[in-house]
Amino acid sequence: MTWTDGWWAYAFIAIAGWLATDLWRWLGVLAGKRLRDDSEALNWVRAVATALVAAVIAKLILYPTGVLAQSPLWLRVGAVTVGAIAFFVARQKPVAGIATSIAVLAIGLWWLGF
Amino acid sequence: MDDVEDERSTLAWFLTGARGIFSLPAVILMLSFVGFCSLTVQAGIPPEQVVFMTGIVWALPAKVILVSSIMSGASLATAFLAVSLSSVRLMPMVAALVPELRSSKTPTWLLLLLSHFVAITAWVFAMERVPKVPRDHRVAFFAGFGITLVAANMVLVGVVYHLVAEFPPLVAGCLFFLTPVYFLASIWHSARHPVVYLALAVGLVAGPLFYWIAPEFDILLAGVVGGTLAWGAERLWRSRREARP
Repeated sequence: MTWTDGWWAYAFIAIAGWLATDLWRWLGVLAGKRLRDDSEALNWVRAVATALVAAVIAKLILYPTGVLAQSPLWLRVGAVTVGAIAFFVARQKPVAGIATSIAVLAIGLWWLGF
Repeated sequence: MDDVEDERSTLAWFLTGARGIFSLPAVILMLSFVGFCSLTVQAGIPPEQVVFMTGIVWALPAKVILVSSIMSGASLATAFLAVSLSSVRLMPMVAALVPELRSSKTPTWLLLLLSHFVAITAWVFAMERVPKVPRDHRVAFFAGFGITLVAANMVLVGVVYHLVAEFPPLVAGCLFFLTPVYFLASIWHSARHPVVYLALAVGLVAGPLFYWIAPEFDILLAGVVGGTLAWGAERLWRSRREARP
């Protein structure tokens, strides 16, 4: 693969990778500097940022890549649901929710013969 | 004397942030990087370039898209566009974090420099822990965490690249699943504003909905439309409650 030869590969990573991500981070700094930390505008930005991350989470659960792409949807959604119940029962301790979810997923995958 | 005292505690807060490398989120992220490493091995990208990419791009979803673009032989312009579209979300994330991080004395160049270390894990970690740090030391705390996390993952990727064997599918599946489950639990746990709960719930529904309607711009649309909806609803609810005697 000639792509991986020499400086061109690094230039490619720098332009398509670094510039394409840090540009948005810099714009974020410039926008964030104008926001007072008790303003309604910050509340909106906070809501948009949280919804964006939530959308990424939903996609990871519903449309995973790799091994999980072959696992049934009901198992993944079930693991998250049981984990959420454990999370609230355990007075919102993240570790309780995470451990329960992963345990349910592991048992399910094992039972399905993964 | 005051200056010396201040120097010392800035360093102390930097180190406190650096110690965040032993936290649950950092460990989960490192496990995700092991998974990313096996992707780059399959893609045939040499280890030096994977280490370079880890340091300079940092955001994991952006790197996965960059690697996929490379694998499919995309042109520079196409790869740039694909990575840009996936990274727009960094802007509101950084914008929401900056008012929490900076004090009146923080120079803009420092914020621009530190913004590089923002990706989902560092963002969730910082939004959760930064309010407990005295405002004057928040930048040092975040710098300590961010720089350590990036450096540790660059080393990790360099070492693991040569060791990555195929994981048993069960282990690989559970490793992958850790990330979304951790994000969910931690965002809910650390929310200090009612709008965050609502935005989280709306985003979870809006993500798949927009993936179905407009898969090219799903995350962006889910964020802007879903976030605005959540913000509007919470604001309405707040004003109704305040209007009541």
